[in-house]
Amino acid sequence: MPEIRYIDAINQAHHDEMARDERVVVLGEDVGRKGGVFGATVGLIDKFGEDRVIDSPLAESSIAGVAIGMAANGLIPIAEFQFADFIHPAFNQIVSEAARMRYRSNNAFGCPVVFRAPFGGSHGTALYHSQSIESFYAHVPGIKVIVPSTPADAKGMLKAAIRDPDPVLFLEHKRMYRLVKGEVPDGDYVVPIGPAAVRREGRDLSVIAYGWMLYESLRAAEMVASEGINAEVVDVRTLAPLDKDTILKSVAKTNRALIVYEDNRFVGYGAEIAAIIAEEAFGDLDAPVMRLGAPQVPGIPFSKPLEEWFFITKEKIADAIRKLAAY
Amino acid sequence: MQRIEDLTREELAAAVESYAKMVLARRFEEAAERAFRHGKIGGYLHVYSGQEAVAAGFLSVLRRDDIFFTAYRDHAHALLRGTPPGAVMAELYGKATGVAKGKGGSMHLFDASRGFYGGYGIVGGHIPLATGAAYTLRYLDTDRICLCFLGDGAMNSGSFHEPVNMAGLWGQDAMCPIVYIVENNQYAMGTSVSRSSAATNLASRFAAYAIEHERADGMDYFTVRRVASRVISQVRETGRPYALEVLTYRFAGHGAADLFQPYRNKEEVTQARTRDPITVLEDRLRAAGVLTDADVERIHSDAEQTVEGAVRFADESPEPAADELFKDVHGAWGTWPR
Ligand SMILES: Cc1ncc(C[n+]2csc(CCOP(=O)(O)OP(=O)(O)O)c2C)c(N)n1
Ligand SMILES: [Mg+2]
Repeated sequence: MPEIRYIDAINQAHHDEMARDERVVVLGEDVGRKGGVFGATVGLIDKFGEDRVIDSPLAESSIAGVAIGMAANGLIPIAEFQFADFIHPAFNQIVSEAARMRYRSNNAFGCPVVFRAPFGGSHGTALYHSQSIESFYAHVPGIKVIVPSTPADAKGMLKAAIRDPDPVLFLEHKRMYRLVKGEVPDGDYVVPIGPAAVRREGRDLSVIAYGWMLYESLRAAEMVASEGINAEVVDVRTLAPLDKDTILKSVAKTNRALIVYEDNRFVGYGAEIAAIIAEEAFGDLDAPVMRLGAPQVPGIPFSKPLEEWFFITKEKIADAIRKLAAY
Repeated sequence: MQRIEDLTREELAAAVESYAKMVLARRFEEAAERAFRHGKIGGYLHVYSGQEAVAAGFLSVLRRDDIFFTAYRDHAHALLRGTPPGAVMAELYGKATGVAKGKGGSMHLFDASRGFYGGYGIVGGHIPLATGAAYTLRYLDTDRICLCFLGDGAMNSGSFHEPVNMAGLWGQDAMCPIVYIVENNQYAMGTSVSRSSAATNLASRFAAYAIEHERADGMDYFTVRRVASRVISQVRETGRPYALEVLTYRFAGHGAADLFQPYRNKEEVTQARTRDPITVLEDRLRAAGVLTDADVERIHSDAEQTVEGAVRFADESPEPAADELFKDVHGAWGTWPR
């Protein structure tokens, strides 16, 4: 199996699916001639032409909206947003139209669109190029929200999203694009939307994370391993619909849960997981469910030290693990 | 082009001053690019090189108490308005002494004291804000006006069309003293105007909203300044919006990370550089006899020194304190609205 970067996995999935199915089209700002700001769509326009790889004007609301119209009428669009921060103008189209298309038309119309957006903070990305947007959309029935964290998952889940009957918000943590490398199966394969994955087996507590936080959590787990704390790490992968079973099974084994997410802690996605554990696994718990999320400030500030205070790091996670283990 | 012989003495004197500021802005951008490459500046960096005559022409006739908004290509706008270069560079460095105390960085400058209502990182996001701010200036019974700089790319978003229609409407009641200045530098990131706009005469779009509009050469400072002073007086007088499409060109990549620029060829850039707004202005000032070799030398060395000072200031400034993270999330009850 070849080892590739996360960004290459995304790119390959596009190439494969466009070759496999002529109905697949890509649209977004600079997805064609430039190949995307991060290079996710490199080479597509040369291979598949301008009718299938559409460089759109700067118009996020309508990028989403026309994609929804295309999907309702038989195409399979992949709409790229350069950064998740720019998707907000499209919120209305995605929530009001994409999510409800099938329900309101009694299955006469479907909406097989993939909305792709790089999210999360990286160094210096600041107020408008760093946001986590998952909880806005995970809240809305009718949309699937996925956050793959390995190249194999990125490729397999992007293929699954493209073949899915419904709208899928496909979130890529931008820190992973070039930093995360991994093996990818040869040939055509799909990683199903839904199941979570246990990335590290452990018995003392469960760390539940997704996106870049998965990697920080895995490192934190290594840090505390030498202190005799054996943490299990669960990669949520699909935020909606959530695979409760894998999480509850892990908590039943470890009796302690720490949920880590980069978004603001308050009303963030981890709150839902915490609530589910509290409701459905209360008897298994030896300690209160713990959450680690970003502070309640309106954006990630630019300056390095402020950024460091904002970000959840492996050190902060390791501290939380120690606290939870000692409870 | 504005003919030299038609220019007044004051215009020529102001032009020499603007020339010095444009040189300063260019040197500043070059220093910022170097600092970016050396890892002193992180994140994103979008420089204004090539477009200086636009902001210089407009800001040189804007009254002290007027206000303006722009997008993220905003360093030169701040400098031309008189924000200290050190405070701008320090912001790019993310230092406590920066105009936004390091919270914003390059794309998100502010200088309330000089009527600079900010650089905005969400393209088009500032156009409604500027429109609302302009309404307020009339609501408060002032004769102040608002400038809204925006890019050709920004014109394609709903956040352009919606407020501009409002401006057209409010202008009928003399309630919207705003000048929209479309800095058409031919590209939105990697997408050219002809590939993103069905009608490439961007000024003509304002006709749909009953807003007076025209096109101007943005590489010639005198042209911009003449248009700017006429239009600004008119808007101040009438309270009606006005729109300009200013034709210009961005010499550098979209941002510091846009190295290869596969969307345009080298010849195009080289060709555009033959009409560098700074040399165009310099030649004309020399021809008018108001700028000598010695002046040019002094202006350039002053600019270099100022920029060096700004870099040193930024470099030596302290980082923001940790508690800055939680400051200014909410205002104190009773102190706002003020
Ligand atoms: C809403 C939104 N969409 C996309 C982007 C990414 N982006 C940043 S600048 C830019 C191009 C804007 O072009 P233009 O308005 O012409 O300004 P210029 O860069 O030429 O100064 C794009 C697509 C963004 N910042 N905000
Ligand atoms: Mg432009």
